[in-house]
This record gives sequence, structure tokens and C-alpha cells, in this order.
Amino acid sequence: MRRALLLVITLFPGIVLADDLNSADTAWILTSTALVLFMTLPGLALFYSGLVRAKNVLSVLMQCFAIACLVSIMWMIGVYGLAFGDGGSINKIIGLGNIMIADIKLESMSGTIPEIVFFMFQMTFAIITPALVVGGFAERMKFSAVLWFSALWLILVYAPVCHWVWGGGWLSDLGFMDFAGGAVVHINAGIAAIVAAIVLGNRKGFPETPMAPHNMTLTVAGASMLWVGWFGFNAGSALASNNSAGMAMAVTHISAAAGSLAWMACEWFKFNKPSVLGIVTGMVAGLGTITPASGFVGPMGGLAIGLISGVVCFFATQYVKRVLKIDDSLDVFPVHGVGGILGTLLVAVFYANSFGGLVSDEAYSIVSQLGVQAIGVVATIAWCGVITFVLLKLIDAFVGLRVDDDDEIQGLDLALHNERGYDI
Amino acid sequence: MKMIAAVIKPFKLDDVREALSKIGIQGMTITESKGFGRQKGHTELYRGAEYVVDFLPKIKIEVAVDDDKLDDVIEAITKSASSGKIGDGKIFVSSLEQVIRIRTGETGSEAI
Repeated sequence: MRRALLLVITLFPGIVLADDLNSADTAWILTSTALVLFMTLPGLALFYSGLVRAKNVLSVLMQCFAIACLVSIMWMIGVYGLAFGDGGSINKIIGLGNIMIADIKLESMSGTIPEIVFFMFQMTFAIITPALVVGGFAERMKFSAVLWFSALWLILVYAPVCHWVWGGGWLSDLGFMDFAGGAVVHINAGIAAIVAAIVLGNRKGFPETPMAPHNMTLTVAGASMLWVGWFGFNAGSALASNNSAGMAMAVTHISAAAGSLAWMACEWFKFNKPSVLGIVTGMVAGLGTITPASGFVGPMGGLAIGLISGVVCFFATQYVKRVLKIDDSLDVFPVHGVGGILGTLLVAVFYANSFGGLVSDEAYSIVSQLGVQAIGVVATIAWCGVITFVLLKLIDAFVGLRVDDDDEIQGLDLALHNERGYDI
Repeated sequence: MKMIAAVIKPFKLDDVREALSKIGIQGMTITESKGFGRQKGHTELYRGAEYVVDFLPKIKIEVAVDDDKLDDVIEAITKSASSGKIGDGKIFVSSLEQVIRIRTGETGSEAI
């Protein structure tokens, strides 16, 4: 028997016993980790910085970079333990332990990949989520307040929600489905951004004063990096190098393309001219909305979700900007928030076989799953909204949230960082 | 001596330079500027936020001329800078008190 097994493993090295290291899986997740970090640095950093005025370009880059560094260290020190640790009696709510990731040894495994690789992969998600929130308070928040907020928000909002959904918490017990972060990343970031935009108040002169993007080429370069990186985000969330990852990549891509065209069509129809900002924003909408569904739906679902998200997020953006006149400067809520909510709910629909989904359970009920998804959506919105509000008020009391008028007019690059982005 | 400042449409710069060269004008200073008169601006749209941009890109040409060249220069600029459409620009003529060539110290007409 032993000789036969040895023969099989020698001839077919891919056949591996459970929880033994799978090289292919490991290689893919190592790669995905790099891709997702790339989404923040420089993908999101460029996307956002091109959208603000020239005098604030460095402040956005600085915030994204600093958040990446800060979250990395915090993730190691204890936040990974909060998100993925075993909380014992309170494990339904939060994890505990693994301070300084002391429990992760060289040989430690997480499924078929080394746990240290899983730790790194998840870190990149923890990095990009608070970085996304930057868009809600761009051009007017103090740098020290950004750091305090990002750090505390990571511990009090990101880690718990991540634990509920992926770390063995109560939402995963309910059967809540979130393949790559519709709730954990996008709803969280979107809600935090709009709360921050409201608490901080509008930028001086908004909405009458023109505050056009100073460099759309940076934005498009960044958006392109987001598309490529998102393959790591969604296909990597399969945590394996397999059919699931391949399908996730495909539906992600189709949704991105569909979302782009849908937004472009809406803009063409409503404003007579399609814009490049529109097409890349549609892309982000498509990508954000497919994120929770990426491992559960088929290509048709990807197409449908992409098209729907392009249209819905387009009108959501108009509504927040023109009707509510909230200065969510880089439209984080209508794109990531609304997209995340939409995608998290649509999972239930497009998971079904009748919509080309990948479900194998014959007794699957769309309505029943929709109910579970809705619980997760509401719980995330409520927790994130309330805690974000409280954190901001607290930080305002101790440190002050907003720069003063003179600094805001001069621009954060000079006022807060003593630097100029351009010397033309 | 006169100082001529002509605000023209940017794409006309080469034509004006050539026309001035033909009548013997040796040098000029140009500035990239913005402005408007009767020409309307344009609208820019970013995710539904609409901005009207009034100021249009212009080029300002400054040339120092001797009184006897004035009419030729005005005619040269007017002909070469004209597109026939609103926004072609204006020419401003003012008196020039003194001109000095820095390298040699020459003054007046010698310095132009």
C-alpha cells in the first residue's frame, strides 16, 4: 500500500493529502498577495490622487502609503488575531490571541497553503479597506487624524466584520455569503466614507466652486492597475489554484467590462458625451459589485451584475452629489458602498442554477439566502456606521479632524507635508 | 518707441511669428495666459459635477517697436492672427519710455 502511494505521489505530484502544502495553491496566493497590494500601491493611490486638485495630490498618496504601512504592522501585532483568531467563548463576535503572530510557525498551515501566506494575503485586504475610505474625506482631513482613525477603525470595524464573515463568526454561521469582500471591504469602506464626509463637512466652496480632477491620466493609470490587481482580490479568494479561481477571474473580468460599458452608456445618454472618468468609474462599480459574488456565480451572472452595477451606481452617484449634496469627494459610497450592498444581495439570486450560478444544492432557495444576505448587509451598515461616527467624534475631541480654512485653501501638500507635488 | 501687447489664440502663434519676421522684427516675448472677451468658455463634466470654465488659453506677444514700424507691425499681427471668429484677440499699444540692451548698455532705437 505504502509503495503504491509513493508511486502515485511521485508520478502525480499534484495529488496531495489533505492539509499538506499544495505548491500550486501557495504559488497562486503568493502572487495574489502581490496583486492585491498592487491595487493599493499604486493602483488606488494613483486613482485617487488624480481626482483631487494639484495642491492636494501628495496628501492622498501620503495617506494611502501611510495606511498601508500602519495596517501592516498592526495586522501583525494583533489585528490578524482579532480577525482570524479563535475567540473561545466570544468567537461568534471576535477572535483573540496570536499576538505578534507568535503562533504562526514556518510550518503552520491554513488549508493547503502556509498560514503565513494566508496572513499576508488577508493583510492586503485589511490595507485596502481603510485606504478606500480616504476618498470620503479627501482634501480636508488632518493627517494625524487620518492615522488615528484608520488605526482605530481597523480594530473596531474591519476586524470584527471580517471575523463575522470569514473568521468563524456569527454571519458565517448563518450561511452569509461573501466570497471576496462585498461586506467586509466595500460596504464597510462605503459607509465609513459617507459618514466621514458628513461628519467632517463639505470642502470649502462645495458644490459651487469647481474642483475638477487635476490629472485624469493618473486616475486612468490607477484604475487600470485596479482591474489587473482585482484578479488577485477575487480569484485569489478561492485560496486555491483551481477551477473556482478561474471562474472567479472570468466573472470578475466580465463584470468589469460590463460595468464600464453600462456607465458609459448612461453618461452618453444623459449628458451626450461619454467620459473617461465615467468609464473607469463604471469599471470600479462592476468590480466592487461582483466581489462578494465572484466565487458563486457564472459568466451570465457576471455580465448581469456588471451591467446592473454600472447603471445603479451611476444614478447613486448623481443622487449623492446633486440631490443630497454630500461631499463624498471621490464617490466612495455610491460606488463601493452601493455596489457592495447590491452585490452582496445579488449573490443570492445569481448563485441559483437558473441564473447560471454554481450552486449544487438542489434545495437552494433564493428567497431564503436573500434573507441571510440582507441580515449581513444591515449588520455591517449598522456596526460600521455607528462605530465610524463615534470614532470620528472622539478623534475630533482629542486631535481635531479638519484642517483650518487657511490650510485647506493653501492645500494639504504644503500645509501638512511641506511639499509640492509638481515643480512645473 | 511703442510697446505692443497682442493677445491672440495659441494656434496662431507660429503665423504671427512668421509675419513679424518678414517685416524685420527681430525679437519678442510671449506669455501663456488665460482670458476672455466675448468668446464663451466651455463646460467640463466629472461624474455629474458640471463646471463652466470661462477662461480660455491665450498667448500674449509683447514686442517693442520704433514709431515708424508701428503701422506695419499692427497690420502684420492683425492679418496673421485673424481666424474670423470671436476670440481672435486684441492688440494694445502703449508708449515705451526707455529700452536698454543689458549686454552692451545700448539704449533707445539701438536697443530694439
